[in-house]
Amino acid sequence: MNAAITPQTSAAIPLRYSLPIAGVAGTSFKHEHLAAILDDGPQRGFFEVHAENYMGAGGPPHRMLERLRRDHPLSLHGVCMSIGGPAPLDRAHLARFRSLIARYQPALISEHLAWSTHETSFFNDLLPLPYNKATLARVCDHIDEVQEAIRRPILLENPSTYVAFRSSRMCETDFIRTVAERTGCGLLLDINNVFVSAANHGFSALQYLADFPLSRVGEIHLAGHTEQNDAEGGLLIDSHDGPVADAVWKLFEIVIARCGPIPTLIEWDSNIPDWPVLKEEAAAAQAILDRHVRRTRHAA
Amino acid sequence: MQPEPLLSYAAAFASALLDPGREAPRMVTGPRGQSTLKCYNVYRNNVTVSLIDALAAIYPAVQRLTGPDFFRAMARFHIRETPPTSPLLFEYGRDFPDFIARYEHARSLLWLADIARIERAWLDSYHAADAPPLSPSALAAVAPEQLSSLMFTVHPATRLVRSPFAAVTIFAANRERVSTDRIDASTAEDALVTRPEFDVLVQKLPPGGAVFLDSLMSGCMLAEAAAAALEESPAFDLATNIASLLEAGIFTSLTSGGAR
Repeated sequence: MNAAITPQTSAAIPLRYSLPIAGVAGTSFKHEHLAAILDDGPQRGFFEVHAENYMGAGGPPHRMLERLRRDHPLSLHGVCMSIGGPAPLDRAHLARFRSLIARYQPALISEHLAWSTHETSFFNDLLPLPYNKATLARVCDHIDEVQEAIRRPILLENPSTYVAFRSSRMCETDFIRTVAERTGCGLLLDINNVFVSAANHGFSALQYLADFPLSRVGEIHLAGHTEQNDAEGGLLIDSHDGPVADAVWKLFEIVIARCGPIPTLIEWDSNIPDWPVLKEEAAAAQAILDRHVRRTRHAA
Repeated sequence: MQPEPLLSYAAAFASALLDPGREAPRMVTGPRGQSTLKCYNVYRNNVTVSLIDALAAIYPAVQRLTGPDFFRAMARFHIRETPPTSPLLFEYGRDFPDFIARYEHARSLLWLADIARIERAWLDSYHAADAPPLSPSALAAVAPEQLSSLMFTVHPATRLVRSPFAAVTIFAANRERVSTDRIDASTAEDALVTRPEFDVLVQKLPPGGAVFLDSLMSGCMLAEAAAAALEESPAFDLATNIASLLEAGIFTSLTSGGAR
């Protein structure tokens, strides 16, 4: 059997296989919350981490993630694969991603429709791409390569964007749908990104969601954004530094009503609050997911 | 000649990200009639601020010593000169201590680059591979005639930083908030950085200790390392040094040099 696809679990800490998390809400995992999370005992929720933060050889990050993973399902969220870039994928990075998946057996694996590296420079941001035939073919090749390497489908996340490309020839939802159909990948629907992009580009978030291939969505992201105001009308910035906006909660309810309970993550990456605040946001998402399940049961 | 359309977008988009003097790439537009420059600047700002934040997270003591405004201005220059080349941000900033050493506005803070070197070593130690340290009692099992030819394998999380300044004391006062009296910055101090278990530890090595450890790390036998240490510092004490290194958990195994 190919060693690359054999799950290699740590001998010291046996990992449980993933629990079904279809209608479960989760949060980003931040190291400063570990003690509070463990004090709460095993919970229903799942945790998501940025894959790159666990690509070191050893030390506390792995110990903390092992401890968390023992009792909770994990979502592995890649930030730096540069799937949306024109350059070939970084093979060393892909190998690191594959070994993390083998080690931690995440329930969910996702990456972005974006790029962050050009030539030798890494920009640490999710940069945009034009949507046309050439970029479509390249993105599909990259996703094929990732999925081939990890032997699992990934979930591709829709971006938040602030500019448009003159060379775009198709809309984002058509682009994403075609990528999913060609590669068999699932989708991570970031509803805050939809809201931010809709406001910035002046399209309807509801229309975007109507056009989005919801049947392929395997995870939802919810996050906070900030407003940057000026005389021209300003921009929304996808900042992940506060609570989820009311309008985004509303869109979330609409999506769940339409496609049923989907694992849903509260993303919070800067100005990180104490654990109870983050937990409360996840509980709010969980209540919406549970309400849908109850409603469906009553209807049945 | 028309640039090749697929390959051009990333090159054009990236070209002005770290250069605020350049115009926004012509291939993009601001939606809803908004200024293209303003919209492109969101990306510029994300890139620069996130990388400054990354350096601030790696170098908190340096930031405390300079103040945040000075630090962020210095970091911004460094990012433009040396953007990261790895998508792993904990690998970033290896050139920052040398940059600090030649940064003209930091010239009066002679020891600042060495504080940065300790902080970079701290992060390397934090992410280094795990390995069980050699038991402090391991030496007891070695026959006396083999002691001088012993060679040690050093734990992957061990780092050594030498400084002509009181770098360890300044580091501890500004990162670990160890309270001190007035610091005499001109006292030379060598830092031993270790992570025997969960936490990274930074401690001061005794006279000759750095040469001794450096020799062992480069594969010298115990007697050679001790001789080198004595040559640098007549006050070097072999028994104390070897005992404290074993106690700090910086070795993972030992072999007799004769068995090579």
